[in-house]
Amino acid sequence: MPFIPHTQDDVRRMLEVIGVGQIEDLFDEIPDDLRCGELEHVPEGLSEMEVAALMQARAREDGQPLCFIGAGAYDHHIPAAVWQIATRGEYYSAYTPYQAEASQGTLQLLYEYQSMMTALMAMDVSNASLYDGASGLAEAVLMAVRANRKSKSRRILVPRTLNPAYRKTVRTIVGNQNIELVEVAFDPVTGRTDREALQAHAGKDFAAIVIPQPNFFGVLEDADALTDFAHANGMLAIAVVNPLVMAVLQPPGEWGTDGGGADIACGEGQPLGAPLASGGPYFGFMCARQSLVRQMPGRIIGKTVDLEGKTGYALTLQAREQHIRRSKATSNICTNQGLLVTAATIHMALLGGEGLARVAASCHRNTAALLQQLTGIDGVERLFDGPVFHEGVLRLAAPVAEILRSLAAHNVLGGYDLGDDYPELGNALLVCATELRTEGEMSEYAGKLARIMAARTQAKCPVEPKFS
Amino acid sequence: MSNDVPSELKYTKSHEWVRVEGDGIAAVGITDHAQELLGDLVFVELPEVGVELGAGAECAVVESVKAASDVYCPVSGEVVEVNEALAEAPETINQDAYEEGWIFRLRLTVPGELDALMDADSYAEHSESDEH
Repeated sequence: MPFIPHTQDDVRRMLEVIGVGQIEDLFDEIPDDLRCGELEHVPEGLSEMEVAALMQARAREDGQPLCFIGAGAYDHHIPAAVWQIATRGEYYSAYTPYQAEASQGTLQLLYEYQSMMTALMAMDVSNASLYDGASGLAEAVLMAVRANRKSKSRRILVPRTLNPAYRKTVRTIVGNQNIELVEVAFDPVTGRTDREALQAHAGKDFAAIVIPQPNFFGVLEDADALTDFAHANGMLAIAVVNPLVMAVLQPPGEWGTDGGGADIACGEGQPLGAPLASGGPYFGFMCARQSLVRQMPGRIIGKTVDLEGKTGYALTLQAREQHIRRSKATSNICTNQGLLVTAATIHMALLGGEGLARVAASCHRNTAALLQQLTGIDGVERLFDGPVFHEGVLRLAAPVAEILRSLAAHNVLGGYDLGDDYPELGNALLVCATELRTEGEMSEYAGKLARIMAARTQAKCPVEPKFS
Repeated sequence: MSNDVPSELKYTKSHEWVRVEGDGIAAVGITDHAQELLGDLVFVELPEVGVELGAGAECAVVESVKAASDVYCPVSGEVVEVNEALAEAPETINQDAYEEGWIFRLRLTVPGELDALMDADSYAEHSESDEH
């Protein structure tokens, strides 16, 4: 579907028809004190050549370091075909088209995406995506508060093992809607959500509990027990999962000892074909059980037949949405991350279930090997004993920020410093090795870390210098 | 066009009807006129049994192929029963708005509020004028 902007002449003629002098007059009814006025600090436009030069300079700053950071975004192989196909003119748009008759290709793709996500998550329904994992979770929290009519509270249990960026984002989005996020501590030995801390909330009124799998430390939570806890206490279970990992682990739709499953599953779609790209754009996904579909935000594409009985695709259940329901819509989100979802759909189609499982298994194997190598270094030890998927936490005998700086100087991104988010953990470093990391690269990392640690902990020279 | 407006019921301007059933219980639904304006219903969101509603409170949503519309509680009361059959067959309201298409039953807490509602004649006039 081509995007053709209005010409100045189009605009002038449209304004003439409706009897308005200039576009600005259309915004008259908005009180002046709510208008931001002229935007300051917006630089002058640049030519294409200047933009290209600027972007190349910035790309050089990034360099091509060896990446051992996960922490929510992961360095995976993306088959060349993914973006070759995704950037075809027919697909190259971020928007869901309203006009079904002009957009069957895009709509079918979104329908296939939804089908793949429900299969991966073992859930009944999927929307056509949200902005990213963190905002997707905020939407899931709002959805749970609407949907859990047994609960009178607007309180949500949020484990501290959830990605800190997600906790902040959710707080920002739902904080002004009288929704309270109550944090649950983790067990310092296992790195999992603490059973006793959780039990302290049993029998109290919460709308939902968030269940991260794997959690931010890479540790596998006891998803069955957490789901059981939710349902035994009248809470909805909101799964926050890494979609790639769900190719090998039990998916949210099967959690709980009765296999009844989580009620909502959401997360970050980046591992499915989106490059790291300095933090985005990525996409969020959301799935739910059928009975909650009318409380789910976002676009949903349905499959139907036309008057001649031919298959067609169309937006469905739109009464949930802003353009129909106005202020009572399930969300102010009426769009999705169409382009990233296009890439993800092609990525999943190319890899298939088996391919995704092999990538996930390979990440697990590499991370296990990396952790083993790194913990062989003096002053480096594992922090938690809970089983991990493709990330793990190390404790260093030196300040993490300094070690990471030294590694960066050797062109290695050594991991994510947990110090700011979890000061109680001391010098804690979160590391990850995806399927892309070779044995050679992991040895290179281990070698450099060993030298840096040794240099720091070496006994001081007994002969003090005579001048300073 | 004229719609069925049973004389024994009470009505609101927002097109709900109330049937007083004795023992302080009243059934509530939307009028034939309302269902016709909405068109084919595809979903009804029912209130929770046990919830206390004030007069004028939003208590249900009726969704059709062309619109979604709130249902307002005509008089104060506690919801004692909801029409679960509507979950599977929302079109019941299109077919029989006043009998099989009831939405919920209330135990009235301020029965005097019934006097403020419209009778069938007033409602028929109101809904006629609504069409212009």
